[in-house]
Amino acid sequence: MSAPAADLRPPRHRVSPRAVRYWTARAAGGWAAVLVAQVVWLALSSSGRSWHVLALVATLVLAVAHVTVMPRWRYAVHRWETAPGAVYTQSGWFDQERRIAPIARIQTVDTERGPLEQIFGLSNVTVTTASAAGALEIKGLDREVADRLVDELTAATQTDAEDAT
Amino acid sequence: MTVAGAPPAEAPWRRLSPRMLLVHPVQEVVRAAPALLGLLIAGSNNGHGNLWALAGVAIAIGAGTLRWFTTRFRITPEQIQVRRGLLRRQLRAVSRDRVRTVDVSANPLQRLLGLARVTVGTGRSDRNSDGGLRLDGLDVAEAGGLRDTLLHDRPLPADADGAPASPAGTTPGGALAEAAAALTRPAPKETEIARLRPAWLRYAPFTLSGIVTVGAIAGFALNAANDAHLDPRRVGPLGDLGDALAAMPAAGLVVAVLAAIVIVVVLFSTGGYVLAFWGYRLTRHSGGTLHVTRGLLSTRATTIEERRLRGVELSEPLLLRWAGGARCVAIATGLRVGRGAERGGSLLFPPGPRGEARRVAAEVLRTGDPLTAPLTPHGPRATRRRFTRALSAGVAIVAAVVVLAAVAHWPTWVWAVSAAILPAAAALAADRARSLGHAVTATALVTRVGSLVRRRAMLTREGIIGVTLQRSFFQRRAGLTTLTATTAAGRQAYAVPDVPDAEALAVCDTAMPGLLDPFRAGAAS
Repeated sequence: MSAPAADLRPPRHRVSPRAVRYWTARAAGGWAAVLVAQVVWLALSSSGRSWHVLALVATLVLAVAHVTVMPRWRYAVHRWETAPGAVYTQSGWFDQERRIAPIARIQTVDTERGPLEQIFGLSNVTVTTASAAGALEIKGLDREVADRLVDELTAATQTDAEDAT
Repeated sequence: MTVAGAPPAEAPWRRLSPRMLLVHPVQEVVRAAPALLGLLIAGSNNGHGNLWALAGVAIAIGAGTLRWFTTRFRITPEQIQVRRGLLRRQLRAVSRDRVRTVDVSANPLQRLLGLARVTVGTGRSDRNSDGGLRLDGLDVAEAGGLRDTLLHDRPLPADADGAPASPAGTTPGGALAEAAAALTRPAPKETEIARLRPAWLRYAPFTLSGIVTVGAIAGFALNAANDAHLDPRRVGPLGDLGDALAAMPAAGLVVAVLAAIVIVVVLFSTGGYVLAFWGYRLTRHSGGTLHVTRGLLSTRATTIEERRLRGVELSEPLLLRWAGGARCVAIATGLRVGRGAERGGSLLFPPGPRGEARRVAAEVLRTGDPLTAPLTPHGPRATRRRFTRALSAGVAIVAAVVVLAAVAHWPTWVWAVSAAILPAAAALAADRARSLGHAVTATALVTRVGSLVRRRAMLTREGIIGVTLQRSFFQRRAGLTTLTATTAAGRQAYAVPDVPDAEALAVCDTAMPGLLDPFRAGAAS
């Protein structure tokens, strides 16, 4: 359409390195529940054990692959950046997405910490716009970084008195 | 109306129309009908059924009457307030500058009595119950007056937010001038954009709206027959019909049943069309609003503020597209699009001739460019993705059927028939690929997607409030991006799927100049 312009680069800042451990713990927890269920199933059943063992092994392989690969991949992808006029985030791992929202259209900036995230000292920042489909989420930020980011964005949005829809 | 201009600071509380005393009890009895029927049946065992049912009716009528006595409302300069409830008193207040839409509707009983229901929408599009309020019901003239008061004679601070799509003259200085003008403004002038022509009825069978009705009725009838331990085969005419069908050869049976289904669906679709769209009229008021009026028995008048309008969506369901038809819905903040869009009040143009639909869309947008702009196709890689997805789903289904057939010893023709899914999937993929296209005009982002329902969304550039660039694992390998423009209106997000990466960025740059610049490779920051 317009003259070819330079490619979009990834956002500048990574999230906290502790997020890798948090994602690992969360994924391991989820898989553990599945594995426990399968072990119970195996213990209770009397016939057809070979199928059960096969399913258990398959789950184990998938679990190990997911728990080792996903958090590192995610850490490589998850990034964020603010510019005077806009916020830019990148998230995902297998499927990835980048979101850009003009500061002028920001409606609220929230932080949120789940119980597990508190243990790892992490915070999530959610930047909402008037679109129900337009929220930008930055997950796994260092708590101090998150608080600073919220202050910065809140200050930036207050100077703009637009309707934002 | 009575409160036009500046109402006194202490506006008096008003009641609903006294004629609602006739409507509310009937509504309550109808709503309680299943419970009353249950009472009647349950009570018939001990001989007091009639008594219990009578008591139930009395309670329902009492509750209906009470509703009128306990509901009051008033319009203050800043708010609309509604008070209701006897034991649990409620006061709902909606700020007048938050009012986005005002719907006036009437069911047949209300029409008979000259009444109408007013629904005030506040445009919290991310919620199901949108914090709006409903006045059920007022005198028709009073309802119309209320609508004009709420939408056209706005209080001073209402227009100070400088919404991007607002017409000129809403700058802080302009707001004062406009308010002054509002006092001397003549009655709003109305220009007609479109009205229903009886010839459009020929598109009704292609809407398939009848399928839902037929399905619902059939389900209800079967359920009722089941509850009553009624065997349909024992009911005289149905039994005869069943016998006659059983005597027919298989091929004839299939044809007869299909023909019957088609006829019934056509009849119901046409009936539904007439009920919903008879008397359809789209007008533009000089006060800055669009009005849609329609309905045969239950009437409905929707008002859309033009400064809330963020675009128009032209949608063509497959059958309607084959028949050369289309319909239009508004993309406006505070109006939900999607399932039951017609009920949601965003309908601008009922299923009708495509040319007329395009003309209406251009008229509403005040420019024909988004409709005539040539669409850039998404290219061979996007086409390949359409085929990969459709065919892999088709192959999975066929494989599942083959496995099931082998396990359950189904006759061979079952999986042979299931193989017909593959050419159908290929045809669908080809059509989906053909549909894909996008353009950026001087005013709007245009994107066309879909086959079973092809939609051309024309979103004004001011309405875009964010950009999402999605790349799945396979998209990254193919060098494709799905660009999504987020907005506060309609579906909230409009996607341009599977465009080459560079093209996605180019579209962003044209539609939202400067937004991406700080994040370019090599950009100083």
